[in-house]
Amino acid sequence: MATLSADFELPLRSFDLRLALEVERTVALVGPSGAGKSSVLRAIAGLVRAKGRIALDDEVWLGPGIDRSPDERRVGLVFQEYALFPHLSVRGNVAYGGKARVDELLERFRVAHLTDARPRELSGGERQRVALARALARDPGVLLLDEPLAALDAHTKAAVRGELQELLAELGLPTLIVTHDYEDAAALAETVGVLVDGELRQLGTPRELVSQPADPFVASFTGANLLHGAVELHDDGVTRVRLASGELVYSTDRADGEVGVVVYPWDVSIGRVHADDSAMNLLRGEVASVAHVGNRVRVRVGPLTAEVTETSAERLDLTVGTRVYASFKATGTRLVPLGGSERIRPQQPASSALSGR
Amino acid sequence: MRRRGLIVGGLAAVAAAVALAFLVLPVAAIFLRVPPGGLLHQLSSGVVTDALVVSAKTSVIAQALVLLFGTPLAYFLASRRFRGRAFVITLVELPLVLPPAVAGLGLLAAFSRAGLLGTSIPFTQTAVVLAVAFVSSPLYVRQGIAAFEAVDPDVVAASRTLGAGPTKTFFRVVLPLARSGLAAGEALAFARGLGEFGATIMFAGSLQGVTQTLPLAIYEQFAVNLDTAIAMGALLVVVSAALLAFLKVVLTWQPSRRTSSFLFARST
Repeated sequence: MATLSADFELPLRSFDLRLALEVERTVALVGPSGAGKSSVLRAIAGLVRAKGRIALDDEVWLGPGIDRSPDERRVGLVFQEYALFPHLSVRGNVAYGGKARVDELLERFRVAHLTDARPRELSGGERQRVALARALARDPGVLLLDEPLAALDAHTKAAVRGELQELLAELGLPTLIVTHDYEDAAALAETVGVLVDGELRQLGTPRELVSQPADPFVASFTGANLLHGAVELHDDGVTRVRLASGELVYSTDRADGEVGVVVYPWDVSIGRVHADDSAMNLLRGEVASVAHVGNRVRVRVGPLTAEVTETSAERLDLTVGTRVYASFKATGTRLVPLGGSERIRPQQPASSALSGR
Repeated sequence: MRRRGLIVGGLAAVAAAVALAFLVLPVAAIFLRVPPGGLLHQLSSGVVTDALVVSAKTSVIAQALVLLFGTPLAYFLASRRFRGRAFVITLVELPLVLPPAVAGLGLLAAFSRAGLLGTSIPFTQTAVVLAVAFVSSPLYVRQGIAAFEAVDPDVVAASRTLGAGPTKTFFRVVLPLARSGLAAGEALAFARGLGEFGATIMFAGSLQGVTQTLPLAIYEQFAVNLDTAIAMGALLVVVSAALLAFLKVVLTWQPSRRTSSFLFARST
């Protein structure tokens, strides 16, 4: 299996992009918009001029005295908006990359019946399949996918995500995906990197990012609740944190000073009555919103988002304004130091509510 | 209040009608003065056929040159960002606003025997070609810049990542996508070049069968035989109208893929 190694710098408008990465199977870079994600792909494809080293195995694309042009780097880049040639038919688009396997690819991506159609006549999902077929027709050594699911509607997205998973496994190419959606990244890649302001904050398996987030941003990006507070004392393996809102929270993690308390929505339970359990953290509040996501229900209580099953949401008769208790175990929390990373205060979904109260 | 509104509305309608009539009247007059049969008869006179040949020949050569040299210039100005780009574009546009007499003077200053380049071009058919190219190319280049700028950079980048070099990318992707915008620019340039008068008469003179184009022949004939002049005028009206119609068709060709700003109102 081939390996793409990239170690380069690229000055962007408001910061420098710096990245060192080895891609052997599938790596996804997640980050907010403007983090420099697309620029990573463009630098690897040679569409923007970076400084450093980019190589596919021992084939050097960028290095001292070497800067191959995009057509000399064997990349299959699928653009976010697909960038199909509007003046060419589906077949013309795919054949542009390489004529050898056109029919096979049209079949493989289920667009054989659309051979003569123009890109503007296609649905979003069809466009994406044509873009993938076109990129693969070039017989690339590396696959680069820019926000492969962002341009699709929610209904198509789930199906395409599954198809992409299968395709990537089948191709066995080093693949780099960039996306703003952590869930997509976790579903498609074995390794996920969090990119903020052109800097790789953490690189690990999706499980590692959730269980050991390196900083508050990574935590909030993986979908965790983040409560700001200060450590008051350690006692018998338990750390007591006084939240900015005044309430007390206990964690089995050890930390000092200003901390972010990380709790995942699926570790938060909702109850109507006060559960008298000392191992539980308890926050009381009104239900601010109830949102159905698949067969789960996301409930917002004060600064917390909880994810509960549909049945329990019905049993509790949760509606906006209901007074409930949100509880989570001390063992279900992580403490991450806030320290110097204060300036990258995460936006969504958890922290903002607290500061406002 | 309501009554005042009615009066204002009525006045506006009258003003609009006057403006429309004013614009239509001179064109209509050309066709109303001489009957169609007479027009055709006038067109067979020697002065007219000579002028027609000179106009056609010089226009075709001039526009071929405009396409050949103007297209790379437009692409260069559309795809590169450099210091002084705005200044260069302004220089390219300058001949558009230059008084034709000044354009003719400038061409003489550059190409006459005593001029900057010291050539024997003035008062030859080549001079007509140069005068036409000089005044009409800015229209093409300007429109060409807009057409090239409207091509999605991602589509160009996609071509490169698919293994196509800059040349293949230009001919297979950029040019086809800019095509309708370029055609519109060329139609404008052609129309402008066909009507060229001032710069041509100063730089090339008005020698029948050599440098006398249709507009120059009209000017000469209207003192001698007004009907012949009118016939040539009618011919130019028809050609200009055809160019304008072509332009509108080109600009509305692919409404989903706007490759140029609209210089004219769309007919539909």
